[in-house]
Formats: sequence, structure tokens, C-alpha cells
Amino acid sequence: MTEFTPWMSLAGGALLGLAALLLMAGLGRIAGMTGILAGVLPRVVQDFDWRLAFLGGAVLSPWLLGIAGVAIPFMVPVSSLSLAIGGVVVGVGATLGSGCTSGHGVCGNARGSIRSVAATLTFMTTTAITVYVLRHVLGV
Amino acid sequence: MKSLLGLAAGLLFGAGIALSGMINPAKVLNFFDLAGHWDPSLMFVMGGALATTALGYPLIFRRGRPWLDRFFHLPAPGAIDRRLIAGSALFGVGWGIAGFCPGGSIPALALGDQRTLIFVAAMLLGIGATKNVLARI
Repeated sequence: MTEFTPWMSLAGGALLGLAALLLMAGLGRIAGMTGILAGVLPRVVQDFDWRLAFLGGAVLSPWLLGIAGVAIPFMVPVSSLSLAIGGVVVGVGATLGSGCTSGHGVCGNARGSIRSVAATLTFMTTTAITVYVLRHVLGV
Repeated sequence: MKSLLGLAAGLLFGAGIALSGMINPAKVLNFFDLAGHWDPSLMFVMGGALATTALGYPLIFRRGRPWLDRFFHLPAPGAIDRRLIAGSALFGVGWGIAGFCPGGSIPALALGDQRTLIFVAAMLLGIGATKNVLARI
């Protein structure tokens, strides 16, 4: 069980939106995690520095929140094998599909990109099917 | 200056992921588990994020160019093709298996659970390999 947190989730979502707005207003870039990660992996072509700084900030703030005493609920309910397999599949899929929850879901949809709408509907559907099959058919 | 702006955006992003609950695989998986312990919170994350970007982007684009670059780096509008759909479908399968998406997993590294590292290492392998294969075709 996890607690239903509508207000905290709405506020956190607004912060994600602000992050995307800042990156667009300042650098003219989409705040998509897959694209930013791809940009710091070899072979690096250009714009390494701001991407690395973004990644550093993304790790730093939950750590700072923790130090400030903010409780951040966290539980990994799957096996290490699932994490390894899921990780590779997420990496390959999001790169092939040109984006993930942040790039398509938050940024692309807001720009009215039909590719992002199609991508979002597709991955939301396959995620739900996968969870259903794993939990209720296979009972993993 | 560009790095400073990247850092600020990253800090906002990480805080948003942590506070919204996207950092927590258990919560993410429960959102998709309609037949089980459904937790609708992530609808509010998406709602809050999309409302903010949908309102803000038009104001930003009206300025014609970003503060620190000459133009906006936007993907050219294109058709929905097989690669987009197959890739997105695959991404969803991985997300359902692990409970982490790329944006959730990087901030989660701050929480010090070694299992997050397993996911991130595997994901970077997938992104790096696919990027280099795509660059060749």
C-alpha cells in the first residue's frame, strides 16, 4: 500500500513543470531525462556541461530535502533481476521512442506534439498491461 | 552560465520528483495497478506538471529565443512512425517491470539504495547502446 497524496503530488508536478519552463526559457531545451542522459553518454557531441549540471541538481535536491528532514517515502517492490531487465528495456525503449515520461509526457504533450501524445498513450497502456500481467496473472 | 541554469532546473526537477512521489517505485507501480492497491496520485503529478508547462511554454515561445541561446531546440513536428510506437511500447514494459522511469531513477540515487544503481546502470547501458546503433543507421 502507498498513501494517496493528491496535494503533494500536484505541488511536486508543478515543480517538474517549472523545471521544464526554466530549461526552455534559459537554454531552449526540452527537459526530457532520456535525452539529457543520452547527451552525456559517449560519444558526446556537444552541450555536455549543462546536461551534467542538470543531472547533478536532480540528485542533489532529494539529498538536500532528506538533510532538511523531509520524509521521502521509497520502496522497491521488485527483485534485482527485474531492475536489471527493466533498466535495459527502459533505456532501449525510451531512446528508440525519442523520450520518456518527462520528455513526451510533460514537455511534448504541453507543446501539442502529436508524436508525444501517441507515445504517452502507448507507454501508459503497456505499463499498465505489464503490471497487470506480472502481478495478477503471473503473480510475481 | 548555461551550467548554472542547468543546475537550477535540475534542482527543481529533483525536488519535484521527490515530493511528488515519482521517486518511489512502489507508488508508481500502484498507480498502474488498477486491479490492486490503486494509488491515483500520479494523475495529480501529471496534472500539475502539464498545467504548468501548457500555460508557460506559449509565453516563453512568444519571446522568440531563449535567454542563453540563439534558438529553441525543438524536435521538428513529424509523423507517428513505427519506431516511436515500438520504442514507447517497450519503454512502458520496462517501466512496468522495474517501477522506475528515467526521470524517477536519477533523483532516487540520492536516497542511497544500491538497487537504484542496478536499474540506472542497466538503463544507461540501454540508452548508450541504442544511441550508438541509431547513429549508424
